[in-house]
Amino acid sequence: MGTLNDEQHKSYDMGMHTEQLTGRTMQKFFSLDEDGGRFTQPYTHDVDFDKKYELDVEGMESSAINTKIRELMVDGYGHIVIKNPLAKHSIFVGMLNRLKVDIEGSLGYFGCGLIDGPNVRISGRVGWSCAENMMSGTVVIEKNAGSSFGAAIRGGDLVCKGDVGSRTGIDQKGGNIIVGGSTGAFSGFMMQRGRMVILGNAGVNLGDSMYDGTIYVGGDVKSYGVDAVPGEMTDMDAKWLENKLNLYGMKAPNGISKMKKIVAGKQLWNYDNLEPTEKKIIL
Amino acid sequence: MSDKNDIDHFLNTSGLDSTREQEIGQHIGYRYDVNLVPDLDRLTPYLKEYMAVMGWSDLNWLEDVHLGYEEGKAAVFDRNINGWVQVPDNIELPDNQQDRDMIARELLLKFQMSENHPLVQLKQAYKKF
Repeated sequence: MGTLNDEQHKSYDMGMHTEQLTGRTMQKFFSLDEDGGRFTQPYTHDVDFDKKYELDVEGMESSAINTKIRELMVDGYGHIVIKNPLAKHSIFVGMLNRLKVDIEGSLGYFGCGLIDGPNVRISGRVGWSCAENMMSGTVVIEKNAGSSFGAAIRGGDLVCKGDVGSRTGIDQKGGNIIVGGSTGAFSGFMMQRGRMVILGNAGVNLGDSMYDGTIYVGGDVKSYGVDAVPGEMTDMDAKWLENKLNLYGMKAPNGISKMKKIVAGKQLWNYDNLEPTEKKIIL
Repeated sequence: MSDKNDIDHFLNTSGLDSTREQEIGQHIGYRYDVNLVPDLDRLTPYLKEYMAVMGWSDLNWLEDVHLGYEEGKAAVFDRNINGWVQVPDNIELPDNQQDRDMIARELLLKFQMSENHPLVQLKQAYKKF
């Protein structure tokens, strides 16, 4: 801590600096030249994308399905086809590995949650909170999705080619949510970072209370939420959008140049470590 | 007030620009542009190989990794340990954020793939499967 000025002395004397937010830096103990040959974490399973297994899950409980998938990864299977999921809940949850997965059918609630690495394609629909807390990888849904799609997603690409329900990407902390159709109310609610692409229309209160991040909309926006404001589309944005949509065979109905960009107005950026103490004094 | 467009703003200054920031002794907001989308023309060979291994056509989760600045040093945030990893002093920083972000991504990946990463020990201690 450097020299404090008068104002800082006052705040320190009043005990306003109880929470230490810095000092979490790791000391360097590796270099760019080290471990250059590795591309996966030491604790993940070594799988082969060309080694395929067809898993019929009819009659199996969700936990048994997930356990079986983990066993297959241990055995080196890198491509798993799941047949007859029959909209069961919590299928393919907590998979932290590179993997290719084809789900032939629909999923219930919380499908593909907490994943880190896999590439998943779902031929049917998904229920609430698909891919919540996803860390990395790709999840592509060919039909529609329920509410809270990609809740608290942190990374990776989550794609729904149809329509999705309300609160899409609530508390999004990173990654990309791409919707081919329209989204319901409060999409991007409390978004913190990452990007959301809606090719169709967006419901009421889009981006309500968003702290940061970017929302692109191809259709109409019914209404903006608190602190969601129009942003300026840059060449880099357009290039990124074109590349990303091409990856999933999607197109903006009216062209990328006509898409709207929505960002945070940053009027809600009033969080700091003085606030709780100040409130306490006032009370 | 310092020039926030200066790429080395947080390396050369305390980053406490506004009166409010000086009052609380803390920078408000991120120290880099979290909304900067990556320029794929600037990928490093290592990143290209990583993408191929994972079966991805772009940077995927690494799109959200940028070179940040912590305690006056260039650093990258590792979400897996909830902490900053400092860029070694012997690495010369490029003069633009896009290339700096690519270095940050490569550095973070190599740290996460290392046997020295804290998650390796945590996994051994607490793993359920």
